[in-house]
Amino acid sequence: MSAIGNLASGSTRGSFGGLFSVAGAVAWRQVYKFFTNPAFLAPALFPIFFFIAFAGGLSSVEQVPGFDFTGGYVAFQFVWSLLQAVALGGAFTGFSIAGDFESGFARRLMLAASNRRGILLGYVLASIVRTAVTGGLVTVVALIGGMRPAGGVDLFGLVGLALLVNVAATLFGAGVAMLLRTGEAGPLIRTPIFLILFIAPVFVPQNLLVGWISVASSLNPMTFILEAGRGFLSGDPTGGAFAFGVAVAAVLLLIPWALFGLRGAERAG
Amino acid sequence: MSSTLLTQVSHLGRRSVVRTLRQPGVMVSAILFPLMFFAITASGLDAATNLPGFPTASYLDFAFAFPLVQASLFGAITAGVDLARDIEGGFFDRLSLTPMRPVALLGGMLAGVMALGLIQGVIFLSIGLAVGVNIQSGFAGMLLLVALTILTALGFGGLGAILALRTGSGEAVESSFPLFFVAIFLSSINLPRDLIESDWFRLIATLNPVSYLVEGIRSLVITGWDPQALILGFGCAFGLIALSLAGAAASLRTRMAT
Repeated sequence: MSAIGNLASGSTRGSFGGLFSVAGAVAWRQVYKFFTNPAFLAPALFPIFFFIAFAGGLSSVEQVPGFDFTGGYVAFQFVWSLLQAVALGGAFTGFSIAGDFESGFARRLMLAASNRRGILLGYVLASIVRTAVTGGLVTVVALIGGMRPAGGVDLFGLVGLALLVNVAATLFGAGVAMLLRTGEAGPLIRTPIFLILFIAPVFVPQNLLVGWISVASSLNPMTFILEAGRGFLSGDPTGGAFAFGVAVAAVLLLIPWALFGLRGAERAG
Repeated sequence: MSSTLLTQVSHLGRRSVVRTLRQPGVMVSAILFPLMFFAITASGLDAATNLPGFPTASYLDFAFAFPLVQASLFGAITAGVDLARDIEGGFFDRLSLTPMRPVALLGGMLAGVMALGLIQGVIFLSIGLAVGVNIQSGFAGMLLLVALTILTALGFGGLGAILALRTGSGEAVESSFPLFFVAIFLSSINLPRDLIESDWFRLIATLNPVSYLVEGIRSLVITGWDPQALILGFGCAFGLIALSLAGAAASLRTRMAT
């Protein structure tokens, strides 16, 4: 039976069996789509490019008095590039959902699914798989570029944060895509994600920022995740628990948003 | 240029400008995105002024070339996409059935790019002065700065035209955006070349003509009158224009022959 044929074969509408059956089918289709289309690597291209441009072009910035990150500038930039890759993985999943609505596929999917929340879960699972590949690609480039992680087992902390950022970005993108259901959702998904990524300590640690960006980044949840991620990578974890709290809170807040988008799509028929 | 051709170019140039101005989304992107990156980079990298040998105490002044060069890039992409849409929509073919010369379409598009470059240059200069950018070369330098921005826009515009004429696809032109973006970032846009530590990056930045366009504009802001930087900046701009227009003319001939 095909993946989509499995959609209605779960147990009763709204049951957990239906949820996982639908999620599995949607995730399988998405993953198949990613890996049969080289464009799935697109979310990795921008982070790799920014990583090369910033880690290569700005490495002397680590000599600025007060630059206290001990892992080297390549590692410093890697964490931001990794978080960018996973966040963009979520954004691109949002674009993909909007494309499914434009092509009419999502409408048929909604009719066939025994539990529509499974559609959302399926997209999130597929986004995690996609991000594992693109995030891995960014990591390989960073290792080739001279990054030497010193975090040992703390590195799992960085992986955990990246996973939560990906889920949060996917839920945000899914909510927007399901509410708008057209390609015009693209800029509305991409722009806030880019803003939240850039209004963070991208080039230097938070303590060296001055002016408006110092204030803005101190209020930006991504700052806590970024700084904790850098701590995990350099083997000097600080603020890890708080960063996890922020990331989990973002996911919990965005679940209702994504479900709101799903209900909007249901109402639209 | 004959007066007939000049009339045709002016008509199509006006069309190109009006078309761009009627797309608020394009105008907002062309103005807001460069300003956003400028604001973030200027504040985020301010600490770099503490590096020994950094040429100015204000990273705001140092980074001011960024929105001007990036805006030229946006203008080129926009114009390239519009030209590609003219090809996709059949306007180009219908035009070839009229006495209007196809080169007028190219000229009109490039006139539109220059007009957009002028608008962007004046807006960015006004905003820059308002937020405290100090132009060391004074009023004459500001005029030269806008002139170099327009020439840069024309050079990038020629590249946009080549892509549009070769592919005839707006999507293909739009997807070339990251390539232009890479060219900007792999230059001396964020740090002076002598302060770039990585040898391979410094080599790329030295070979990249965008570095000299940036350094030409930057010299007017942070140094005043630096003949070497200006000669290199204007030289690269004219070189880029010559090469891209020659390529666009050849692409136009190929397109007309098919």
